[in-house]
Amino acid sequence: MTEGASRGKRVVVSRPVRGAARRRSRQPASDIDEQTAVGEVYMRSLLRTQLRLGLSALATVLVPLGLLPLIFIVHPPTAELQVGPLPLAWLLLGVLVYPLLVLVGWRYVRQVESNEREFERLVGSR
Amino acid sequence: MSAWLAVLAISLTVVAALAIGAFGTRLSRTTSDFYVASRSVSPWLNASAIGGEYLSAASFLGVAGLILAYGVDMLWYPVGYTVGYLLLLVLVAAPLRRSGAYTVPDFAEGRLQSTTTRLVATALVVLIGWLYLVPQMQGAGLTLRTVVGTPPWVGIVVVGVVVLAAVAGGGMRSITLVQAFQFWLKLFAIVLPVFFLVAAWRADGAPEVVSDTPPVFAERTTVTVGSDVEVRVDQAVTVDVDGVLDGDVVDGRVRLLPGEYAVGQGSELVFPAEAAVPTVTSLPTLSGQAWAAPMESGLDLPLYRTYALMLALFFGTMGLPHVLVRFYTNPDGRAARRTTLTVLGLVGIFYLAPPIYGILGRLYTPELLLTGRTDAVVLTLPTALVDGVAGQMLGAVVAAGAFAAFLSTSSGLVVSVAGVLSQDVLGPRVTSPVRAFRLATTVAVLVPMLLALAGQRLGIASIVGLAFAVAASSFCPLLLLGIWWPRLTAVGATAGLVVGGGLAGAAVLVTILAGPTEGWVGALLAQPAAWSMPLAFGTMVVGSLLTARRVPAGVTRIMVRLHTPESLDLDRGANLTRRGGRWP
Repeated sequence: MTEGASRGKRVVVSRPVRGAARRRSRQPASDIDEQTAVGEVYMRSLLRTQLRLGLSALATVLVPLGLLPLIFIVHPPTAELQVGPLPLAWLLLGVLVYPLLVLVGWRYVRQVESNEREFERLVGSR
Repeated sequence: MSAWLAVLAISLTVVAALAIGAFGTRLSRTTSDFYVASRSVSPWLNASAIGGEYLSAASFLGVAGLILAYGVDMLWYPVGYTVGYLLLLVLVAAPLRRSGAYTVPDFAEGRLQSTTTRLVATALVVLIGWLYLVPQMQGAGLTLRTVVGTPPWVGIVVVGVVVLAAVAGGGMRSITLVQAFQFWLKLFAIVLPVFFLVAAWRADGAPEVVSDTPPVFAERTTVTVGSDVEVRVDQAVTVDVDGVLDGDVVDGRVRLLPGEYAVGQGSELVFPAEAAVPTVTSLPTLSGQAWAAPMESGLDLPLYRTYALMLALFFGTMGLPHVLVRFYTNPDGRAARRTTLTVLGLVGIFYLAPPIYGILGRLYTPELLLTGRTDAVVLTLPTALVDGVAGQMLGAVVAAGAFAAFLSTSSGLVVSVAGVLSQDVLGPRVTSPVRAFRLATTVAVLVPMLLALAGQRLGIASIVGLAFAVAASSFCPLLLLGIWWPRLTAVGATAGLVVGGGLAGAAVLVTILAGPTEGWVGALLAQPAAWSMPLAFGTMVVGSLLTARRVPAGVTRIMVRLHTPESLDLDRGANLTRRGGRWP
């Protein structure tokens, strides 16, 4: 919403009324709107793909991070391994984890947006 | 001289915040501007604002302080604060924005169609908000005390008054600009001194930090103890004392044998060069090697603590009220994701800096281990390590950055707490929404201000960690299940909020009021998330399955709203914001 619009008069925005013609042609969008079994399949598959994508992005970060404390306690020399000027534990938790997070986030955003475009293509046209 | 520079820098920060706020106020006319900045905020500005709001006293001061005291294990704090945004990005950002909910209570009510759930959520927003506000204000007290020498209440009152003026005057729009400005100020203030600090450390011959002894005074050092402390001496040392030692007034040379001593407020101790630093009894004495190694921070049950902390921080971020409000200012779900990704990068860059202060603090300001004020390391290190005017200017810069941190986080939290208070508590009683918001703002500032004035101090980052634990045990399951699990019912959600939020909140209160305790019980209470979060999830799932017939009728439509791109012409029902009532 722009500054001008918010200052101006209130305008009611509504979707065009759906005609009988639309109801006859069983497009995915109408299926979703009318909550038919087909519409539910579309929605369930969208939810499932998005959730799976999110969880797999998380796993690439959380699994290695979650293992670190265990590795450190089971085999302490790993943490003290000198990499350049820093012990490994400091290097991983103080520096390397941040670019990894951004990278995983960036890849996730790309994938999830392409997913959504796919869904739009599938459902978009009425 | 250095105090005046710092006062000047802090005043400039405050004036800039108020000025930008006033500029924003001119723009904000309507009630909806007041709350959500009309959703016309660009992703970059919004990401800076989120970063500005998120980087609190805990990040700016607390992380470095914890690293100075406990070592590498404390790196999980900044890591956790950042990973929390990844979880937010992949599981919450877009659906939450698409929901159209402005606050968690809005989301709870809209998604589950229950005013009871809404009220419980409102109470939790206020609890988490206040829990988070107290350490911000205490941080302000500590900062002014460190750089200027004023009593702690001065900083608390300054932050309280400025936040009150900024929030009550400008609302969210001006706050967005202020927050964005403060992010860049904070980043500059914490990164710039790092270059000077590292250069000074190199010029000093780059002394080794990881030694096999506890920290020592590099040169003859005078330590002034700001408040009564109990210290532990491990190696006998001869000091010149002017003050109170174990209850006796002492003025002269004293030989301290290994043991514990009570040092009175205002006492001056002069240590010779190379003397081992006595440590306040609340902190462990760690050799350089133990400090640098994981799981040797001297705390009980390090593995449990680490995992519980990870859970609290990873899953708590999404449940912080001041973080969630920001998502409504994105134009759509996709923008919400991109904003979150930007935040991830900005916050990650910031967190590269605090550990360097903690590390160099072991060498150059070890007396903080004696006074127990490790949270002050970011403030004291620049003047201690960099000579002359340059050091004093850097000291002023970090003081200004710290104030930016208190102001921005506090105003974000106050906006959120005041938002729910004005809507759910004052709303029905006060006719003008803007007046209700201003009244609520006053309450939202005054209560934590009084608590900060009254409260004893835990580490700043520790209290903030507790707020994360409560969020992870209440709003995290509500949001995750509400977004991804259509079968969540109001009964299950409410029960989960009460059980998770209640138990974590109780553990937090015990820890704050009774102080940290030893052993399993102490660890379970100090880091509750590992048990309270699964309990909250379990309660929500079981409660929902038991009341499966009460799944809200419109849930399919709501799922369409949460998960489909806005560009699609679908029937997605109404925003999950309260309609027809008092919400603009």
